[in-house]
Amino acid sequence: MSERIYIFKGFERFWHWAQAGLILFMLVTGFEVHGSYKLFGFENAVDYHTIAAWTLVGLWCFAIFWHFTTGEWRQYIPTFDKVTDMIKFYAIGIFTQAPHPYHVNPQRKHNPLQRLAYLGILAVAGPLIWVTGWFYLFYDKWNEWGWDAFLSLEWVAFFHTLAAFVFLLFVIAHVYLTTTGHTPLAHIKAMITGWEKVD
Amino acid sequence: MRNPFLGALLALTLALAPLAGAATDAEAASAARATAKSTADHAAFKVLQQPFKSGPEVTRACLTCHTEAAKQVHKSKHWTWEFLNPETQQRLGKKHVINNFCTAVPSNYEFCTACHVGYGWKDEKFDFTAQENVDCLVCHDTTGTYRKIPGLAGHPPYQDMEFPPKSGRIAKATDLGKVARAVGKSSRDTCGACHFLGGGGDAVKHGDLDTSLKKPGKYLDVHMAKDGLNFTCGTCHMTSGHDVPGSRYGVTVAKSDAARMHMRGRAEGNPATCESCHGDKPHKARQADRLNSHATKLACQTCHIPEFARAQPTKMKWDWSTAGKMDEKGKPFKLKDSSGHESYDSRKGDFSYESNVIPTYVWFNGEVQYTLRETRLDPSKVVEINRFEGSPDDGKSKVWPIKRFVGKQPYDIGNNQLVVFHTYGQDDSALWSNFNWDKAIEYGMREIGAEYSGKFAFVSTEMSWPITHMVAPKADALACRQCHTPPGRLDNVPGLYIPGRHGNALMDTLGWSLAGLTLLGVLGHGAGRIFASRKAKPHEGEGK
Repeated sequence: MSERIYIFKGFERFWHWAQAGLILFMLVTGFEVHGSYKLFGFENAVDYHTIAAWTLVGLWCFAIFWHFTTGEWRQYIPTFDKVTDMIKFYAIGIFTQAPHPYHVNPQRKHNPLQRLAYLGILAVAGPLIWVTGWFYLFYDKWNEWGWDAFLSLEWVAFFHTLAAFVFLLFVIAHVYLTTTGHTPLAHIKAMITGWEKVD
Repeated sequence: MRNPFLGALLALTLALAPLAGAATDAEAASAARATAKSTADHAAFKVLQQPFKSGPEVTRACLTCHTEAAKQVHKSKHWTWEFLNPETQQRLGKKHVINNFCTAVPSNYEFCTACHVGYGWKDEKFDFTAQENVDCLVCHDTTGTYRKIPGLAGHPPYQDMEFPPKSGRIAKATDLGKVARAVGKSSRDTCGACHFLGGGGDAVKHGDLDTSLKKPGKYLDVHMAKDGLNFTCGTCHMTSGHDVPGSRYGVTVAKSDAARMHMRGRAEGNPATCESCHGDKPHKARQADRLNSHATKLACQTCHIPEFARAQPTKMKWDWSTAGKMDEKGKPFKLKDSSGHESYDSRKGDFSYESNVIPTYVWFNGEVQYTLRETRLDPSKVVEINRFEGSPDDGKSKVWPIKRFVGKQPYDIGNNQLVVFHTYGQDDSALWSNFNWDKAIEYGMREIGAEYSGKFAFVSTEMSWPITHMVAPKADALACRQCHTPPGRLDNVPGLYIPGRHGNALMDTLGWSLAGLTLLGVLGHGAGRIFASRKAKPHEGEGK
């Protein structure tokens, strides 16, 4: 018999989907600014990218507050327990209909690989793209603030783009892995309704 | 009145009569208003009410009141044709520089000095201290009838004469008295009489100065547009005591160039810069900060003069080496290009003209190094007649738009130096009448007392001209994409990181490859899962 448990709370779901939309949009506009293709036009892409960036900053202010007031930040404490099991599952078990090695509950809603991946995004790729992004946004003030002395636009852009590629890889893998629930849409449904079916 | 209809018509005619005269009255009124700002009506001066026979006579009359004027003019480049660059110590000016248009003034004074603010400079012996040799009228004429003719050493025609020679067109004798009694401020027409026609014809030399500036639309020049701000040349080249500021011999580039830049609130410096009116943070509207930070590296002209030669084509190439060809009758000839501009002239060689030219962009700090006549040159390379100095990191440079004018001209293969040659004159050596390079060069070099090996060849040269006039309205300024998307205008300017153009190619390759591989990986993984699930549940598949 399967039961339903409430995993993702209202704000969390809103945060997830708003952030997902913004990140996708920023990837699209950001790589246009980078010169990878032409879609909105350079001026528009810059404007949209900037607006989306500040929107995401706003969203993050709420998200950080939420994580600390609810204690949800603990969800990202890394663990190597069952990491090998997870890797084996994705490599072999998933093809042999083996049972999922990890069972979610509201206190531990992410599997160990997810924890590591999200921590990597939150603690490494995220800060890298945020810091370089802010340098970029305030490029016009570098001279006034004396930052010219130690910043070069070329390197700021390099690391910003590097982090963007990390996000792109993450998005591809993340979207695919949402299909690995007990049905292909199970995880996505959970992120929409908040309820996950568990065995 | 017996016929009421006729009566009405007469009444109407009488009523309208003052209106018919209104146009000319308005013109007269506006002319009167213009002169009303002046405190003197020159037509009223006794000393000007005489039949002048020559220019110097007029000047003597001017000097009876304007006692200091000639002395002021004597100090100006307009008079000396000489400029000692304080930074490079190079002696420049028309008297010294050899360019790649008509090349050099010495040995051709009578012709070239049609654009000198003086009378009688026909050879080396010209008296630069004589006050009556100053030509007041060429700058202060308001009648449009005063015209100096090449070949008269700076004099206007005093009798009717055919000009150009054998053209059948007559240049009329100048009514000096009429011109003198109507003098006023210099104007687009007077400045333009020389500066619009530099290089031997309309629009030839600069690319951003030509006769279209006499009545430009807003599109062509946002400052000088007749229906807009209606600036004259002097609005920016704010002249005082006959000293005209703003010269390409010493270009003012950046605010950090404090000695030269005139900013509001300080008296000294060059007023003929964009910044002296607009400040160094000129953008106010959308993206103001971003645009103002662009302005720390880019000259205003770079974005705001998107192309030059926007009204008339300008000369971009002059190849002297092909001069001297004759037609089947053995006569010199001319050819025209499809737009009606000269493409060949036996006297001058091959030309090409271009319109709406995208400038070349270079780092420029205001310093210009010339290849002078004395300079030893390397004939295996393109000789830079002048080189704009600057770099991305000297703290003084900005990216400037320039016109790069290329050509071929003779040089002394014995001494590896540019030569002066004799183009114009009624003698047996002038190139334009004898078509003999040897004689023309020997004559020119003898004239300046320079050593000449006796052997010449042609060398490729290029010359840079700053583009700074014909500022477009802001709607026509360069858009972001013109530099930030391919092909970007500034792609070849070193020392800039331009988002959209200068991404790290290796990272891009690696990043997109990894993304592609990840995508393939997950698709493969997904396909594997579908395949495995079918195998595991055969009864749900095709079945047996």
